[in-house]
Amino acid sequence: MRCLAIIPAFNEGASVADVVHEIYEAQPDCDVVVVDDGSRDATAAAARSAGATVLQLPFNLGIGGAVQTGYKYAWTNGYDVAIQVDADGQHPPSEMGKVIAPILAGTADMSTGTRFRGVGDFKSSTGRRIGIEMFARLVSLIIREQVTDTTSGFRAVNRKGIALFSVDYPQDYPEVETQALAHKHGLRLVEVPVEMRQRQAGESSIRLWGSTYYVIKVTLALVIGMFRSSVAIPEEGDRG
Amino acid sequence: MTHALSTILASAASIILLLAVLELVRRRRLREKYALLWILTAIVLLILSLWRGLVDSIAIALGIAYGPLITIAVGALFVLVVLLHYSTVISALTDRSAVLAQQVAMLEERLRRLEDKQSDDH
Repeated sequence: MRCLAIIPAFNEGASVADVVHEIYEAQPDCDVVVVDDGSRDATAAAARSAGATVLQLPFNLGIGGAVQTGYKYAWTNGYDVAIQVDADGQHPPSEMGKVIAPILAGTADMSTGTRFRGVGDFKSSTGRRIGIEMFARLVSLIIREQVTDTTSGFRAVNRKGIALFSVDYPQDYPEVETQALAHKHGLRLVEVPVEMRQRQAGESSIRLWGSTYYVIKVTLALVIGMFRSSVAIPEEGDRG
Repeated sequence: MTHALSTILASAASIILLLAVLELVRRRRLREKYALLWILTAIVLLILSLWRGLVDSIAIALGIAYGPLITIAVGALFVLVVLLHYSTVISALTDRSAVLAQQVAMLEERLRRLEDKQSDDH
């Protein structure tokens, strides 16, 4: 089993090296790729000197485009498992094993580490909690399966998930839509309770001023996504 | 304004639009593909400006008291269609530039790996 940790990073020079080191420590068999999403700081250099492979985007694509670059890399280079880890230190690499476990066991195609199943003491603003709760219900309704945390980007997929995400990945605020997208393409989903930390550095990509836009855009994407036809998931041997 | 003057002004505007679009295509500053909608817009506006009877009969059929409103409405409609068309073009361009950026990033990494390997071999 070849495992790849995908770290999307935008101006995370202060924390990305620590995250890379921690991943090598926690999962020595895992390769690490940092997708530098057009950072203006030393993110790429920091990640490279920590030993990670670095994919440097020529300009900022946003979180969805950056993460998808990692999945394309995973697909082209024949990885069996890919796990997304945030560059800001929010996702403790020590918890990676828990998220990957269902993939390795073959019981799920996509496994999401979530904060709301009784582990850890994650604190969040009321507004944000309501938003997260609302999307969790909406996604649960769409995919007819209980989902508790649709905003977690701490997520592992198998080869089938890598194949899907390499050709279709939501662009702007991908976390919520990803679950609906994966479900639509017949991936088996599972949630795993994990602990998360407060972010070491950087800011959430979901800022207060943008939350209204976020809610409207994601709701629209979810509803339209229900009526969208499925994409053809690439097969082995297809051009990467 | 008399009928004749407004007809002349409206037709002149449509003809200028048509010529401007054709000139842009000639200088290769506008692709034929995107010029078609504009040319269609200019021709429809030209017909409506010249053929006063058509505008009046449409206005009567729709129960609109002020005839020239039809020309304005049709013009606005065409502009909306052109804008919507451009939004789809921009979306396609955005998608393509993202794919290109991703491939550049992956190729660069591959090149770096090859160069490292080559310098190790020497």
